[in-house]
Amino acid sequence: MAEQVTQARSTRSGPGRVLIAVYAVFAVSAAGRSLVQLGTKADEAPFPYVLSAIAAAVYVAATVALARSTRRSRQVAWSAVLVELVGVLVVGTLSVVQEDWFPDDTVWSRYGAGYGWLPLVLPFAGVAWLLHTRRAAATTRPAAQHDPADGGSTESAPPR
Amino acid sequence: MLEPLSITLTIAALALAAVVVGYVVIDRRPDRTLLAALTLLEAGLVAQCGIGIWQLVGDSVEVSAVTFVGYLIGALVVVPLTAVWAVGEPTRSGTAVLVVGLLVVPVLVLRLEQIWDAGG
Repeated sequence: MAEQVTQARSTRSGPGRVLIAVYAVFAVSAAGRSLVQLGTKADEAPFPYVLSAIAAAVYVAATVALARSTRRSRQVAWSAVLVELVGVLVVGTLSVVQEDWFPDDTVWSRYGAGYGWLPLVLPFAGVAWLLHTRRAAATTRPAAQHDPADGGSTESAPPR
Repeated sequence: MLEPLSITLTIAALALAAVVVGYVVIDRRPDRTLLAALTLLEAGLVAQCGIGIWQLVGDSVEVSAVTFVGYLIGALVVVPLTAVWAVGEPTRSGTAVLVVGLLVVPVLVLRLEQIWDAGG
């Protein structure tokens, strides 16, 4: 069997599928917004617009890396998700403390409040999923039984 | 913007999202009925795109054309793209992917209204 391929649980299977869908939505919307901002009015608010572009790049990287789900892309996904976490916390704080630096909003302004706080939740979900799939990889090796379906089926069974 | 269509699309997308959540809860795969409903919603989104571009060209409104058309196209592709991504995962997680796409539709429709009103 293709043992080396199934060493780590795929980040694109199970709940990861939903996570990637949400990341893709943010990748497309942040990239689109950023292109319009930098393309039509870059000089109006360069600082937030550059931050928007960085956020867009991070979302695109996270989406592609999680969806590719190779060993190499796992590292890229880790970097993207951690940069995203730091970004939303730092930019979120700056947007509250230094309001005059932000004549226009970025995705991460006020911790993503303009996007239903999802930009704040998303990196935590990403870290949790990467940790979960890593642990699944460690436990599947001795058992040699890799369940391609939703791994939570036995966990979520009611107690009685 | 054509307000009745926007309201219909918003309600339809939210209702469908609720139905699909029900599918996820009872661990049921998308069936023909759901597919038909999704197709109907997509037809409405196609109509919205056509009418939106028609109005943009026809009226002399100060609407940011790039942003407006961007949102129209986004609303056009989000349901088919999430459907394709959902089909690749034959578990309840795959079904849940549809919820993501369906919840994006009302957001895009709302943003379209805001952009249109800001320009009008």
